[in-house]
Amino acid sequence: MSQVIVAPLLLPLLAAVLLLLTRRRIAIAVRRRISIAATLLTLGAVVWLALGVTESGIQVYQVGDWPAPYGISLVADRLSVWMLLITALLACCALLYAVQGTDRAGRHFHPLFQLLLFGLNGAFLTGDVFNLFVFFEVLLLASYGLLLHGGGPDRVRAGLHFVVLNLAGSTLFLFAAGTLYGVLGTLNMADLAVKVAATPPADLGLVRAAGLLLFTVFALKAALVPLYLWLPAAYSSTSAPVAALFAIMTKVGAYAILRVETLIFGDDAGLVAHLIEPFLLPLALLTVAVAVLGVLSAPGLRRQTAYLVVLSVGTLLTAFALGTGPGIAAGLYYLAHSTFAAAAMFLLADVIARGRGELADRLDPGPVIPAAPLVGGVFFVLAALIAGLPPLSGFLGKWMLLQAALEHPAAPWVLGVVLTASFGTIVALARSGSLLFYRAEGSAAIGDLGAATATYAGADWPRLAPVLGLVGLCLVLVFAAGPVTRFTAATAADLLAPARYIEAVLPAPAEA
Amino acid sequence: MEALLAGIIACLTGCGVYLLLRAQTFPVVLGLTFLSYAVNLFLFATGRLIVGQPAVISDAATGYADPLPQALVLTAIVIAFAMTAFVIMLALKARAELGSDHVDGLAAADDRDHDREVGP
Repeated sequence: MSQVIVAPLLLPLLAAVLLLLTRRRIAIAVRRRISIAATLLTLGAVVWLALGVTESGIQVYQVGDWPAPYGISLVADRLSVWMLLITALLACCALLYAVQGTDRAGRHFHPLFQLLLFGLNGAFLTGDVFNLFVFFEVLLLASYGLLLHGGGPDRVRAGLHFVVLNLAGSTLFLFAAGTLYGVLGTLNMADLAVKVAATPPADLGLVRAAGLLLFTVFALKAALVPLYLWLPAAYSSTSAPVAALFAIMTKVGAYAILRVETLIFGDDAGLVAHLIEPFLLPLALLTVAVAVLGVLSAPGLRRQTAYLVVLSVGTLLTAFALGTGPGIAAGLYYLAHSTFAAAAMFLLADVIARGRGELADRLDPGPVIPAAPLVGGVFFVLAALIAGLPPLSGFLGKWMLLQAALEHPAAPWVLGVVLTASFGTIVALARSGSLLFYRAEGSAAIGDLGAATATYAGADWPRLAPVLGLVGLCLVLVFAAGPVTRFTAATAADLLAPARYIEAVLPAPAEA
Repeated sequence: MEALLAGIIACLTGCGVYLLLRAQTFPVVLGLTFLSYAVNLFLFATGRLIVGQPAVISDAATGYADPLPQALVLTAIVIAFAMTAFVIMLALKARAELGSDHVDGLAAADDRDHDREVGP
C-alpha cells in the first residue's frame, strides 16, 4: 500500500493551514513563495503517483488501515491521476498569474487557493460516495471565497446565485447518498458496484431514483443544460486566475459522471446498467448547441470564454456518452486540451482587458492595446486551439471524438452538432479577434511594420508567461499525442472493466 | 412512526423548496435551512428507525442501531451549519453592495443592468 496517495491531499491542506496562521506575520512575498512551493510539490507528488500507477496498476490507500467497505478508501487509478495531473499543471499556471497582483485584492487568496486544490484532489482520489460529497463541499466553500475575491457588485450577485444553487445541489447529493445507503447498505464505490448488481427487484425504483439524483447533482457541477445558467455570470465576473482554475471545476462534474456511469452503473450493474446513458447524449448535444449560441452572442470576451467552457463540457460529455473505449479516450484527451485552452483564454482576456482601459473586455472597437501583435498572435493561436483547427490539439481531440462517434447509432446528430458548433466558434472568435485587434482606433501601430522592435514593447511578460505556459501544454498534447492517446486508451479500457477497480479496493474474496 | 417521520421530512422539504424559490434572500436562506433539516432527518432514517438500542458494541445489547448514518448526519450538520453562516454573510454583503435584498440585485433595475452589460 503506497503512502504517496495522501501527498496530493496533505500538501495543499498543510500549506493552507500554514498560510492561514501566518497571514499577519509574514510578508506577502514569502507567502507567495510558500504557496508556489506547495503547488510545485503537489505537482511532483502527482507525477510520482502517476508513474507508480502506470507501472504497477491501481493503487489503494485505506485510511487508518480499516478494510475497504468499512473504512475510507483513497483510490488512484489512471483516470484519477490524469485528472490530478491536469489540475496540478493548471494550478501552477493560475498561481503564477495570481502572484502578479490578483492575490492582493483581498484577504486569504492563497489559503483558499490551496484549499480548493485540496478539495479537487480529494474529489478525484476518493473511492467513497460520501467522501465525494465532503470533498465537493470543501472545494465549493473554497471556490465561494475565491469567486468573491476582490469584491464588487457583479461578483456578489453572481456569487449569490452560485452559492445558493450549489447548496441546493449539495442537499440533493445528500438525499441521493442517503437513498443509496438505505437500500444497499454501503457507500464505498467499489462495494456499491458489487451490490447494485444484486439489487432486489422491489428496490430497483429507489436505486434508479438515487442514481438519477446523483446524475442531476453532477450535471449541475458540470454545467449541463439546463443546469448551466449559473456559469457564465460566475466565471465572467470573477478574477482571471480564479476563472482559469475554475476551468477544471466543471470537469469535476464530468469526472464524477464518468466514474459513476462506468463503475456503479456500468455493464455489470444488472437491471440498472447504463442508467444515465439515455439522458446523457441528448443533454450533452443540447449543451453544445446552447453554448455555441452563447459564444456567438456574448458581449464580452470573458463571457464568451465562459460559454466556451460550457461548450467544452458539452463536447466532452458527448464523448463520454458514446460509452465506448475510443469515445471515452477521445473525451479524456479533449478534457485536458479544453481545460488548458479555456484557462489560457481567461488569462489572456484579462491581459487584453487591462490594456483597454474602461472598455475592458467588451467586444467594441477600442484603443490599441500594448504589444498588440504579440497578444493578438497568442489570441490567434488560442482561438485556433479552441475552435479545433488543424494541426492543434483541439482538432486532434474533436477528430478522435467524431471518429469514435461514427459507429454510434446517433452519429449524424453528433457529427452535425459538433461540427456546426465548431463552425460557430470559429465565426465568433474571428469576430472577437477582429474587433479587439484590427478595428482598434489609431491602428497605425499595427500596420506600421517598420516599428517591429516596438512590437514587444509594453508587453506584460509576467502576465503573458502563464498564458504561454498553458498554450505550451496544449502544444505538448499535440507533439506527445501518441503517448497521451495510448494513456487515455488504457484509461478507457480500465474504466470499461470495473472488475479491476473493485478487486483492487475490496479485500480478496468479495464478501457481498 | 415511519409515516410520521416521512410526513415531517416531506413537509420540511416542501416548505424548503417553496422558500428557496422566493425572490428575497432571507426566505431563500430559510429555505436552504429547512432543506438541510429535512435531509438530516432523512439520513437518520436511512439507518432504519430503531428505539433504545446502542450504536456502540456492548455485552448487554440485544440489537444495535446503525452508527454510520449518525456519523453522516453529524458531518452533514457541520457542513450545513457552516454553509448557512456563509450564505447569510453573503446575503448581507449583497444587501449592502446591491442596495436590495432581491436575489438578482435591484428588481426593477434588472433590464437596465442588462443593457449596461451589453453596451451602447
